[in-house]
Amino acid sequence: MADAEKIIEIEVLRYRPEQDKEPVLQTYKVPFTDDMSVLQGLQYIKDYLDGTVSFRWSCRMAICGSCGMMIEGKPKLSCKTFLREYYPQGLRVEALAHLPIERDLVVDAADFVAKLERIKPYIIPKEARTLEQGEYLQTPQQRDMYEQFSSCINCMLCYAACPQYGLNPKFTGPGVLALLHRYNADSRDGGQDERMKLGYADEGFWGCTAVGYCSEVCPKGVDPANAINQNKMNSAINYFTRFVTPGRADK
Amino acid sequence: MSNRRPYVRSMDGWWKRDAYFIRYMAREVTAVFVAAYAIVLLFGLVRLAQGEAAFNGWLQYLKTPWMLVFHLIVLGTFVYHTWSWFNIMPKTMPIMFVGGKRVQPGTITGSGIAAAVVACLAVLLIVKGMHP
Amino acid sequence: MKRSNEPIFWSLFGAGGMLAALIGPALVFITGIAVPLGLIYAPDTMSYNNMLAFAQNWAGKLVMFGVVALFLWHAAHRIAILLHDFGVHAVAAVKLFSYGGAFLGTVIAGYALLAVGF
Repeated sequence: MADAEKIIEIEVLRYRPEQDKEPVLQTYKVPFTDDMSVLQGLQYIKDYLDGTVSFRWSCRMAICGSCGMMIEGKPKLSCKTFLREYYPQGLRVEALAHLPIERDLVVDAADFVAKLERIKPYIIPKEARTLEQGEYLQTPQQRDMYEQFSSCINCMLCYAACPQYGLNPKFTGPGVLALLHRYNADSRDGGQDERMKLGYADEGFWGCTAVGYCSEVCPKGVDPANAINQNKMNSAINYFTRFVTPGRADK
Repeated sequence: MSNRRPYVRSMDGWWKRDAYFIRYMAREVTAVFVAAYAIVLLFGLVRLAQGEAAFNGWLQYLKTPWMLVFHLIVLGTFVYHTWSWFNIMPKTMPIMFVGGKRVQPGTITGSGIAAAVVACLAVLLIVKGMHP
Repeated sequence: MKRSNEPIFWSLFGAGGMLAALIGPALVFITGIAVPLGLIYAPDTMSYNNMLAFAQNWAGKLVMFGVVALFLWHAAHRIAILLHDFGVHAVAAVKLFSYGGAFLGTVIAGYALLAVGF
């Protein structure tokens, strides 16, 4: 059934470093149908109204983590958010909060990527095994200890939800710390000591104040707040016991 | 030559941006009332050490309308503290399993609040039992 | 990265927060509302003699010290964060104000409880 075409107003926070001193709002009138995502609305703008609007996207199905932006002030994936939810009042889209704006809706992700590399986001095998020894076995419960944290798609919505990262960009931040925990909590992994050096710092777990909004906005149900805060207890125990437990000092 | 000029937005008034942040700040502000209550008790301890007349002065002070209103407000913030403390608890606790099943967030919060109700009733009854 | 000393303050914060969450409302109701108004409890519940006897008892001392000190340390940690959240980034001054205050309160509480005798 073909509906009569509806028009929605999309306000875009523009920032073109070569001409804008600071970000400015620009409004576009976009014809849309009920099955159109906010990302499709932006694509319509770029194709038919204003080719200079910049934004990142790739998969259109909430798996690549590229299209995160503030939609009416909330961090969301624009491919997973529908225009119809904002009709008829319209919507405002802005670059992800707390991250520097590179251009229009594109943020500078360099800090996030550098932090991600630092925590070694891959399994560092606990024991070297030969092919003949077979695969690393894991029980379903061992898998449950890290599985939800492994769903992270690096979309940075949690960074846009984290005021502590906004207030202090040195804070490692929710997504990267959740991935730190994802590998540490894996029974096959033996890299805990290296990663925990980052976790035990002021910029690690202790930069978090348990706001909890990161877990609320995560499109993949990762729950970074849980990953971080359950490590505070471990870190505190390690802090107090490191002198009495052999081999634990300076870890 | 690079035209890059990344723009960093201000964090001024960030907590007004979202209802979630306002609730967070409300949770954190309860600490001011916890501190105020602890200071009232601390004064009581000092007065106790100073002798009967000093301590009776403190007791009389507790009966002033200002202090009663103050304690009513403090009671409200303590109840909010109890609720918010256990509300965030599912995020602060390690993942737990009972009988092979993951303990759900609602169960953790509910058990915490139930424990607080029991503990509060116990305190109310113990004090009553000491001075019937 | 340098190991943080935050576990010390966080542990005190957590202990105080848990204590306040579990029994705080009952304590405030008794000391701040019920006894001053003469509700439910006997009029002499918090009399000088009763409180002195309680404070001279080892268990009583521990309860009073625990409540006052842990509540203060709990509050100090959150107040330090609150100031940071409101944009006060003078870290040393914030810590001196909050943790210094809690420390001072702890010392005074300990001193008063020793002064009442055993």
